[in-house]
Amino acid sequence: MSTNKFVTFEIFRYDPEKDKEPYYQTYKVEIRRPGMLLLEGLNQVKWELDPTLSFRRSCREGVCGSDGLNVNGVNMLSCMTKIEDLGTDHIVIQPLPGMRVIRDLVTDVDDFFQKFITVKPYLIRKSPAPDKEFYQSPEDRKLLDGLYECILCGCCSSSCPSYWADEKYLGPNAFLRAYRYLIDSRDEGAEDRLPILNDKHGVWRCHTIYNCVEACPKQLNPTKAIVGIRRMLLERGY
Amino acid sequence: MSVKVEYHKYDVVILGAGGAGLNAAQVASQYVSTAVISEVYPTRSHTISAQGGISAALGNLEEDHWIWHMYDTVKGSDYLADQDACEYMTKLAPQYIIELEHIGVPFSRTAEGKIAQRPFGGHTAEFGKRPVKRACYAADRTGHVMLQTLFEKSVAQKTQFFNEFYALELLTNEGAVNGVLCWDIKNGGFHIFHAKAVVFATGGCCRIFKTNSNAHINTGDGLALALRKGFSWSDAEFIQFHPTGIYLAGNLITEGVRGEGGILLNAQGERFMERYAPTIKDLAPRDIVSRSMVKEVLAGRGVGPNKDHVLLKIDHIGAEAIHEKLPGIHELALVFAGVDCTKEPIPVMPTAHYQNGGIPTNYLTNVIRAVGPNPEEPVPGFFAAGEIASASVHGANRLGTNSLLDLVVFGRTAGEQSAKYAKENNFVPLAENAGQEGIALLQKFLNSNGKNTFGPMYKTLTECMEKYVGVFRTEETLTTAKGILADLKKQLDDYRVNDKSSVYNLELIEALELNNMVLVAQALTEAALMRKETRGGHAREDYPERDDVNFHKHTEVTLDGDGNIKIDYRPVRMKPLTVEPFPLKPRVY
Ligand SMILES: Cc1cc2nc3c(=O)[nH]c(=O)nc-3n(C[C@H](O)[C@H](O)[C@H](O)COP(=O)(O)OP(=O)(O)OC[C@H]3O[C@@H](n4cnc5c(N)ncnc54)[C@H](O)[C@@H]3O)c2cc1C
Ligand code: SF4
Ligand code: SF4
Ligand code: FES
Repeated sequence: MSTNKFVTFEIFRYDPEKDKEPYYQTYKVEIRRPGMLLLEGLNQVKWELDPTLSFRRSCREGVCGSDGLNVNGVNMLSCMTKIEDLGTDHIVIQPLPGMRVIRDLVTDVDDFFQKFITVKPYLIRKSPAPDKEFYQSPEDRKLLDGLYECILCGCCSSSCPSYWADEKYLGPNAFLRAYRYLIDSRDEGAEDRLPILNDKHGVWRCHTIYNCVEACPKQLNPTKAIVGIRRMLLERGY
Repeated sequence: MSVKVEYHKYDVVILGAGGAGLNAAQVASQYVSTAVISEVYPTRSHTISAQGGISAALGNLEEDHWIWHMYDTVKGSDYLADQDACEYMTKLAPQYIIELEHIGVPFSRTAEGKIAQRPFGGHTAEFGKRPVKRACYAADRTGHVMLQTLFEKSVAQKTQFFNEFYALELLTNEGAVNGVLCWDIKNGGFHIFHAKAVVFATGGCCRIFKTNSNAHINTGDGLALALRKGFSWSDAEFIQFHPTGIYLAGNLITEGVRGEGGILLNAQGERFMERYAPTIKDLAPRDIVSRSMVKEVLAGRGVGPNKDHVLLKIDHIGAEAIHEKLPGIHELALVFAGVDCTKEPIPVMPTAHYQNGGIPTNYLTNVIRAVGPNPEEPVPGFFAAGEIASASVHGANRLGTNSLLDLVVFGRTAGEQSAKYAKENNFVPLAENAGQEGIALLQKFLNSNGKNTFGPMYKTLTECMEKYVGVFRTEETLTTAKGILADLKKQLDDYRVNDKSSVYNLELIEALELNNMVLVAQALTEAALMRKETRGGHAREDYPERDDVNFHKHTEVTLDGDGNIKIDYRPVRMKPLTVEPFPLKPRVY
């Protein structure tokens, strides 16, 4: 069922074992159905045109965060992006900016995960737990909406000028997760986390430029979390 | 040729960082040195995709008891599940769900602030009388919250992770399992993990079907690795086809949609499940709903220009309820079907979803020999949990939400049992040639310069499995599949990997995965051919009835010394731990 429409993928290529410099390679990708996704296009390149292209993907439905890419200058997930929605037939695909490139579209995400870990992203309890579940009202549970859905794709941090400028800056993703726990009615770890967030590489470094909000493929808003953390810091006299 | 190999030594090595692997890790790492190996970062494991819920008879919204849950599980399995394991899992479920909540899983809540619960297929009150609210959930992101919280918990415990390491060979010596050989995907290079106990938690194999709900990485690697070392794959023929895959794309629409009131309609607008399962209708177990859908299509009552699918209607519960309880589904339907499900029905057809069988274990997750004179004898140092394993609580058909529960209960148990084993036993020394097979395999593919490549072969494989080993099977279709698969196996000898780099060589990984998938597909097809009856997820058009006299038994697929597939059988463990067995009965809903 070929519609005979083609688009051009211009893809960033780099293999440290053989390339001195990165370069761009161009492929003609066939549009095989309305609504075809960018990931289908990348798989078409890999499986039919050039098997040497490396990229990450796993769930192929926007929940695992493997395939954040920079497409025509904007960070997005390849698996949830319809090619037709890009509004052009010339598609430049690059690895997420601000992260070291390992190979082709694959970036080093260890630092990103390490920063996430730094903010103690887990429930901290000082008092004992009940025999049953903790009771949490639907209203308190609702506070977590817009925070817990993060898929750790890095699209936000990778778009953030502060993240590029300061290699120790924790970044929007880490703040989002920290806040998810800070406002969880079951958590008692504010005093453990807030000093970390108050650090000079912490929330004050954010210049509220909102790149992160635009970049998030799950429509989350890390700046809200940043504002919330700042308020907590001020209220608690940090 | 001498190759550089880096050696590591841990008491327990866990292969896989999905829900099962991380549950095992969080327990084992409290007691002994533990490493977790995964081909992707843990939060990118397939568990992240699980949507609808995890079952436990908490009774938060209506009366419920673990014994009802056990009954449903046994009946859902078409009586092929082992009843000791079913009792173990359903009894422990409430306690372990509470524990998940205590470590931070953000479950949705009831008005009183308890964990919210919804109905799911095949889960009933009073032994089949009516649907019951048993599935605990966090909107439609239950796997997501569970996997991330478990990852965070293991981070808090400073668990040692080896991310983007790909397992090539399971290591054995002196009759015990004692390690794993891996390839470092990012940097290249071989690593041997020497362990007292190895836990397999590598997930399922449904990528071998064209239409499937699975992540790219679900290629059945664990099965292939175990088979090559002479271990068994139990009940291989029982693949679960989930009824509501998005038409053409295969992505899953959770059964939770029907739990929240969604219904299936044919071209005449008829709620056809009323005919096939009069009592619980659209909430019948998956094997039954999938077969009913295919029957509707075959009878000419399919929807669309090709009359080849049916519709899942949910808009009647209201946009607000959809956005609150099923936000992820709303997004998936928009992207993959172009449908706004608050206004229109979603086009659906069955999608290959879950591997019901797996590496056979006892209810304490110790892998058993399964064949030979002592089939129930445990293999020293070898444990398995999650979709890769078969305890067996799913038998011929898994109930929705019982997989996440399996990960929690058996994942934890594997953590406990492997740690205990490691404390009580010494390292079995590595065999002299440890890892040579896996190294040779990788090098063979890396250096291959033949004709065939992944793309066309993978297409042939998955189309073959869908067409000939799908929802309905016959002797003829299965024999056809066997021929195609044998040919694919030959093609692997004339393979080509263009990419010779040792840095993030995805083409190499795909070659190794394809090599595993062909073996897995062959084993599955052979098992399906030999089971001449219809039970659970295995429907034979030429043998449409369940045949308890000849086939109430586990299939055990192994490879003989020459690599030929062998089929044996093993009795079902009908005796529960403390309660009376549920005897075989016709399965009507
Ligand atoms: C869309 C969808 C929705 C679902 N919804 C539900 C639900 O609501 N309720 C429910 O109970 N079940 C659900 N399931 C089923 C359930 O999610 C899975 O069965 C379960 O998550 C499997 O978990 P696991 O830990 O066994 O394996 P996985 O999560 O698949 O993890 C496997 C791990 O093994 C690693 N691995 C595999 N091969 C190798 C290798 N060669 N080398 C190194 N590492 C390797 C991977 O990296 C990964 O970390 C759903 C499934 C799907 C597809
Ligand atoms: S708002 Fe703050 S965190 Fe977000 S991109 Fe801007 S500087 Fe970065
Ligand atoms: S906040 Fe959004 S962009 Fe950032 S990691 Fe999470 S999902 Fe990705
Ligand atoms: S592949 Fe998982 S988010 Fe795209």
